[in-house]
Amino acid sequence: MQIVLPRIGTVAAWRAEARRLAAAGVAPETVIWSVGGAAPDLFATAPPVAASSVTLTLPRAAVDGLETALMHAEPERFARAYALVLRLARRQVRWGDRSDPMMRRVLDQEKAVRRDIHKMHAFVRFREVTPPGANRRAFAAWFEPDHHIVEAAAPFFARRFGDMDWLIATPTLTARFECGEMQISETTESKPPPADATEHLWRVYFANIFNPARLMVQAMQSNMPRKYWKNLPEADLIPDLIRSAPARVMAMQEAEARAPDPRLQKRMRAIAAQRSKG
Amino acid sequence: MVSKSLSEKLAILADAAKYDASCASSGGERRNSRDGKGLGSTTGAGICHAWAPDGRCISLLKILLTNFCIYDCAYCINRASSGVERARFTVEEVVTLTLEFYRRNYIEGLFLSSGIIRSPDDTMAEMVRVARTLREREQFRGYIHLKTIPDAAPDLLAEAGKWADRLSINVELPTETWLSKLAPEKSVRTIHGAMAEVKARGEAAKDRTARGTRAPRFAPAGQSTQMIIGADPASDGEILHRSARLYGEYALRRVYYSAFSPIPDASKMLPLVRPPLVREHRLYQADWLMRNYGFAAPEIAAPGKNLDLEIDPKLAWALANRQHFPLDVNRAPREMLLRVPGIGPRSVERILKARRYRTLRYEDLAAIGCVIRHAEPFITLPGWSPRGLPDDANLRARFAPPPEQLSLF
Repeated sequence: MQIVLPRIGTVAAWRAEARRLAAAGVAPETVIWSVGGAAPDLFATAPPVAASSVTLTLPRAAVDGLETALMHAEPERFARAYALVLRLARRQVRWGDRSDPMMRRVLDQEKAVRRDIHKMHAFVRFREVTPPGANRRAFAAWFEPDHHIVEAAAPFFARRFGDMDWLIATPTLTARFECGEMQISETTESKPPPADATEHLWRVYFANIFNPARLMVQAMQSNMPRKYWKNLPEADLIPDLIRSAPARVMAMQEAEARAPDPRLQKRMRAIAAQRSKG
Repeated sequence: MVSKSLSEKLAILADAAKYDASCASSGGERRNSRDGKGLGSTTGAGICHAWAPDGRCISLLKILLTNFCIYDCAYCINRASSGVERARFTVEEVVTLTLEFYRRNYIEGLFLSSGIIRSPDDTMAEMVRVARTLREREQFRGYIHLKTIPDAAPDLLAEAGKWADRLSINVELPTETWLSKLAPEKSVRTIHGAMAEVKARGEAAKDRTARGTRAPRFAPAGQSTQMIIGADPASDGEILHRSARLYGEYALRRVYYSAFSPIPDASKMLPLVRPPLVREHRLYQADWLMRNYGFAAPEIAAPGKNLDLEIDPKLAWALANRQHFPLDVNRAPREMLLRVPGIGPRSVERILKARRYRTLRYEDLAAIGCVIRHAEPFITLPGWSPRGLPDDANLRARFAPPPEQLSLF
């Protein structure tokens, strides 16, 4: 049996299908899952092997965890999740038991997806695209996540940027927020928006908040992997900041400390006198 | 004098702010702007939006209102006698930068600090004006951290707490002697006084009176502080003792440790050596043990003693207290499991949960997330017994790296 899930609302559709298949007693190995306009599988016409019907009642944590893991990019996730929910419902495995290889795989995928969502919240960079005369400011961003997380990650931006219009395009889906309404659609234009003037100020900030005496490139890269750099306006400054750091530190160590300005010393003495009086 | 552009001021006043370690945007109340009438949200967790090549996260726009300063603290790049280039933002400039950066998702909010211009009250009033403008006029609901000035008037502190999520007052140095030597205008008494004030107002804001009315909102994410490490001769034992006191007496959320790093145009009183980054790292680990693992300061480093730079403080404690080990993973209580090297709070929770269903075996530990190599000598469970290991006099050598790997450069 072949199940084709929609590109938008994939996880919710999977949940409905899994419930239906379990109730009909369909065995996991007889189901072929796919997303979007995949070509029909020629061998998928065979009638499902009937097994005993299963009603899916799962703990809240299991539902949340599975739904998150299902956003993973790996194609086998739907089949694995269906097999796992049947085992969970039959109490053959406990949610969270990492000694079970299937369970562990799902938990690892859940973790990878959560990290991807977190990185999207962190690394989306908006650029202003307000049309002349508009009464709401408008911003747009281009982001490339590893997994299918746009629908799960977008509500965060709606809560945060409530007073502006925004659009986040990814290679598959686009999230759009206009006048307080959020919409998810398939991406039509795969192009980052043009840079805006504030980006220059952000780059100035990034270069100057960096402390060359504490160079730790590994720590930076493990948290901000290179794959994100091409869509971060500040990232192309990094190689130069690293290269020039040792010379900057050397210059600080060699510079002679200056004597305080005499006018300043006088003023400081006056302040100190005033303070001791008060 | 030609007035500086916004970009020039930003370069100077960000550079001047980088010696403040904190960039946390966590804790406090949750807010959002889904109603469309404002900008911003706080989730309770905080997000790092970028990392600089120094490995530090960029979460807040961390700037000084001005780096003009009438104080002359020897360790500070902005001290009066420093030849560093000076600049001063207007209130409007800080407000605009914060909002424009925030709208582009660069930051979680603002961390504003300042040199002291004219007087502590004048400076504090201007910082409060930035926070008030953001909250009242701009309906900004992101994170605000104000570094308060200990000598400022109490009503300014009260107003700062009304608008900010977090307040901080730096203790600067671990001991009073060196504070008066290196920062002649600052006093421990004033700093502690201001901390006590922040604590009291914070507690009042959480309580209801008998009639059910609430005291005004006050810095829901609490207060934090920073100590400079390596500018004076204080030992790690003294530093941790001080931190424990600060956590206990003033209910601080965090104490930050900042390895003294060479600054441009430094004072001659200070060592211009590489910042002691490994030491700073070990202090953070020790601090973590005090806050999350139930360790007391003297257990980690006795007064006058320093932390072992080669191995982490938890391992050092286990090696020095071998009589407690090996520990039976299937029976040991939570507080003892927390003391096993290689087993953190999350692993402890997983062990306790799994134990309810079955007996844990050695093979389960990796899946649970324990660092086996560290834990092995200190535990016993089906499938593993350390045999002679915990008594092995050379156990330390198993963990300590060869000396040349120590440098972080």
